[in-house]
Amino acid sequence: MPDRHANPDAPADPARRAVLQLLAAAGLIALGTGRAAAAVPGWPEEAFRKTSQADALAALYGKPLEMSDKVTLQVPEIAENGAVVPVSVGTTLPNVTSVTLLVPENPNTLAASFKFGPGVAPAVSCRLKMAKTSPVIAVVESDGRLFGVSKEVKVTLGGCGG
Amino acid sequence: MPSTIRVRATASGERTEVQALVQHPMESGFVKDSNGQTIPPHYIEVLTFEHDGKVLLTAYWGPAVSKDPYVKFAFAGGKKGDELKVNWTDNLGKSDSLAAKIL
Amino acid sequence: MRPRSSRRARAATLLALGAVVATGLHPSRAEERPDPAADLRAFQAHFRDRFPQLPIAEFANGPYAMDAGMRQQWEEIMQFPPYDFAVEEGKQAFETPFANGKRYADCFPEGGTGIRQTFPYFDTAAGEVVTLDLAINRCRERNGEKPLPYQTGLMASITAYMAETSRGKPFDIRIPDDKRALAAYEDGKRFFYSRRGQLNFSCASCHVQAAGQRLRGDVLAPALGILASFPIYRSEWGSMGTVDRRFTSCSAQTRSEPFAPQDPGYRNLEYFLSYMSNGVPIAGPGTRP
Repeated sequence: MPDRHANPDAPADPARRAVLQLLAAAGLIALGTGRAAAAVPGWPEEAFRKTSQADALAALYGKPLEMSDKVTLQVPEIAENGAVVPVSVGTTLPNVTSVTLLVPENPNTLAASFKFGPGVAPAVSCRLKMAKTSPVIAVVESDGRLFGVSKEVKVTLGGCGG
Repeated sequence: MPSTIRVRATASGERTEVQALVQHPMESGFVKDSNGQTIPPHYIEVLTFEHDGKVLLTAYWGPAVSKDPYVKFAFAGGKKGDELKVNWTDNLGKSDSLAAKIL
Repeated sequence: MRPRSSRRARAATLLALGAVVATGLHPSRAEERPDPAADLRAFQAHFRDRFPQLPIAEFANGPYAMDAGMRQQWEEIMQFPPYDFAVEEGKQAFETPFANGKRYADCFPEGGTGIRQTFPYFDTAAGEVVTLDLAINRCRERNGEKPLPYQTGLMASITAYMAETSRGKPFDIRIPDDKRALAAYEDGKRFFYSRRGQLNFSCASCHVQAAGQRLRGDVLAPALGILASFPIYRSEWGSMGTVDRRFTSCSAQTRSEPFAPQDPGYRNLEYFLSYMSNGVPIAGPGTRP
């Protein structure tokens, strides 16, 4: 007989996805529950709690966003798995001090924000989770102003893993 | 214990490319385990890279960064053999750090 | 030991005929003496005809050889693959002596390096198929250590390290001229082509007939080379998994009752699949969605 206890995958996947979708659909904000320590100094807690692009950007920067073709965003058209979506941002804009990534359809819009020290090339890559199909918005702070680009990433249900 | 941080930093001319992978669950707090219990949020909030006493990059992360997170960037001014300090701290107050050599 | 097997075998005999037609083999073959070499030629010819532009080495990359968008994401992920931690853990474990002072290296030819492509093999003394995972646990037990759980964790890490030392070496699976070896091969083949479970799928339904096509969001990997990248870090799992983990989840996804890890049924299936993939280079560990 198969040993169910030895099966790391037994009931988890569908339940996991359903819960994610439910919470995402209800727009619930679970962030911050179960916190055992104060946020790391400098971590923009308020911005990470916001559920809309405008609120997240207002909390993080308090400045208007202008769309710009000088910001490049490389994301897949169809994510092979919403749990791991490779994202790369670059720009030809000068004096870049930060890059921020937003996923408006996630339970919390702000995904990541990178502060650049002097001498750092204005480009960064990382991997994000996406609960469902959504635009990904990359915001670049250049000379104190915000420039952005948006691209949609389709998140489909996998379930067999190929 | 092996480090939770793996870094590849390579200098070529003026430019040093840095890639890092961190072993971390990055639990969002939205997922339930097989017993129906919500897995509490557990994610890295801040990750920093330092070179020559200066902070190069500060990453502020939330629950939407993937498990075992990855980051790549580049900077000017690093040399082969220089030390690159990496440090992360998560929402439960845990942290780890590593001093890597630029290759 | 396996109460389902006689029922399974009967159903399989009937269904195998249909499946064999679907793979382009002549149906009368099923009635003849097993001829693995002829099966292999027909099997690989099927995939060559289906994907004529694809070099054989690319079959190790499964869905990433089939779809440009997926390949691009894979290349991004391979810049720093999440299995790196497992390889390091596996290397450490592999090099750490057991309590009795012996090592894994003492249990394997070539000190365990660069040998992944020769597993599974048929052990003519014991009369059974031995996978790398089983050999690792037997090595542990012979040296007074507890066996490891098969599906994930340290077993996946050790096999990840051993696969990494074997990268690029083509699968080199032998079927000795031994009735029991041929029977094991035939059992694996029958399992592969037999429909089962509530969804009435065989392995071949997805990985021969529908290889390269989408099943919901996933692109189905061709059966040729399908084990060459194991063990794998799957994003869906968020962790490493061995061949046993993959077989178990495949069984569950087609809603059939999985075997226990390393059940002879799964070992024979791995034997069949690996033999069919002779010539495809080892590319493990790998990543998959």
